[in-house]
Amino acid sequence: MVALQLDDVGAYYGKTLAVAGVSTPQFEAGETVAVIGPNAAGKSTLFKRVAGLLRGPGSVHVDSARGTKAISYMPQDTAANAVLTVYESILLARKQGQSWRVGHADLTLIDDVLEALGIAGIAFRDLGALSGGQRQLVSIAQTLVREPEILLMDEPTSALDLHRQVEVLSFMQAEARRKGMIVLIAIHDLNQALRFADKVLVIADGRMRACGSSAEVITVEMLREVYRIDARIEKCSRAYDHVIVDGKAA
Amino acid sequence: MASVDVADIAAVAEDGGRGRYRALTRRKLLILVLMAGALCLSLAIDLAWGPARYGLDQVVLALLDPAAVSDQVRTVVWDIRMPVAVMAIVVGAALSVAGAQMQTILANPLASPFTLGISAAASFGAALAIVTSVPLLPVAAGLIVPINAFVMALIATLFIHFVSQLRGVSVQTVVLLGIALVFTFNALLAFLQYLASEQALSAVVFWTMGSLTKATWPKIWVTLAVLLIALPLFARNAWALTAIRLGEDKAASMGVNVRYIRLETMLIVSLLAAVPVSFAGTIGFVGLVGPHIARMIVGEDQRFFLPASVLAGALLLSVTSIVSKSILPGVVFPIGIITALVGVPFFFSLILSNRRRSW
Repeated sequence: MVALQLDDVGAYYGKTLAVAGVSTPQFEAGETVAVIGPNAAGKSTLFKRVAGLLRGPGSVHVDSARGTKAISYMPQDTAANAVLTVYESILLARKQGQSWRVGHADLTLIDDVLEALGIAGIAFRDLGALSGGQRQLVSIAQTLVREPEILLMDEPTSALDLHRQVEVLSFMQAEARRKGMIVLIAIHDLNQALRFADKVLVIADGRMRACGSSAEVITVEMLREVYRIDARIEKCSRAYDHVIVDGKAA
Repeated sequence: MASVDVADIAAVAEDGGRGRYRALTRRKLLILVLMAGALCLSLAIDLAWGPARYGLDQVVLALLDPAAVSDQVRTVVWDIRMPVAVMAIVVGAALSVAGAQMQTILANPLASPFTLGISAAASFGAALAIVTSVPLLPVAAGLIVPINAFVMALIATLFIHFVSQLRGVSVQTVVLLGIALVFTFNALLAFLQYLASEQALSAVVFWTMGSLTKATWPKIWVTLAVLLIALPLFARNAWALTAIRLGEDKAASMGVNVRYIRLETMLIVSLLAAVPVSFAGTIGFVGLVGPHIARMIVGEDQRFFLPASVLAGALLLSVTSIVSKSILPGVVFPIGIITALVGVPFFFSLILSNRRRSW
């Protein structure tokens, strides 16, 4: 079973140490971790460091037979103008570093992922013809077909409507549990974090502020300190904790 | 592919996405085979046409069994027309692939050996040799023009590459820089032309127009060798190069070492662009348009895009070679002049009928 732990991890962006001192408890297989924090807090930078795309101090402990190759990072959505169909763009994510030959197993996996994300109907559309939300779903599919054990998703739901947000987040939570993955999701919607994450990691100004269960971490004090808002946390009709914003903190 | 044929629909019903994918793959392979067939036909016509016109049957006979045709036919086909016709194909292929990979790694539809100043640099190098006889490398006098052109083209390509690697330099900046190089080298060329003797001036002008008439087998072998080294290297990186078209971050997230692939590709491209230009002069249109034609026909999966670029460039220049000797009887126009005239109408019609799949 895979496990992930960050030990005093930092990340250089150019020559600046943009993120520093991130130490987490061990994340276990099946867990979904929400990474929250204000804009430009260092969430993407931390993800890139964990994925091995940026250098920095500290160590990322990955307990997996595949080592750091078990990690797959899904960057924030960017429009691509490549003349490729959705299907081709997912296939190439699957086949990176492999031969030209496309096997039956590759195509079956892609079909399954497209079906699961509800985008089989746009499989043969060109990338340039997709809406922002569709692009985001394609991006998720590109990450999933790499069959990662640790998944770092940078704002995967920012362009999705509410229905799709709930659908994607619950799908990811279920996949994490079913396949024993660790899924880290950078997300701005704190209520979605409360609803879907087993753990929450708060990052602000490039430093980790807290990491633990969502009830421990998402508190009125943290919201005032990190987000500078006055808010209450109350139970919704389904007994999930919910953040209700009263206004900007004085 | 906008239209879905009956076979596709049947495949989808039976097999879901993978059936349709397989059908589209088969269609792309068929397109490549058709392009290769068209290229063979174009080569045969190129060999048959000229001041003396032969039938295609005679050309095929001369190719398959040279002893069966008259000395005259054999000499014209094999010694006079064959080097030019084959040079058109290898130069077209090399320039088109160079343009394709420049467009891929610089993420810019305007990138090509011509628009980034590489052809202009080569022209300046050649003019330097013709006008001043100054060699940029210590080589035999007979090679000074192509070697000077090659050295300048290589310098321009590497300059573009290393500037593009600087932090904070966007791909738009790189293209602007390339355009600045075009102007710089054109100005330097004009300067040399102004100083040149009448004889040297006409040689420079002829060189800059681009011509295949001075094709020789050694030039063909060198260009072909570069092409044959480059293609397997690109093919090995096919998935990675395709991923780079999704954006640097996305490619890196898929495990592609973007920096390394860019460097390797640009070094190969510099050879691919410099060698044909140094032998054939400025042939502008192929490197830009060959890849666009390939992209519109088969998309940007490099497993198909790469061979399609080779074939599109080769076909474009081969057809141009035929046209260049068909306009006025007995006159072979420099191919650099004709390329755009032949390619533009075709390219326009392709863009207008295929707007969604152009860049």
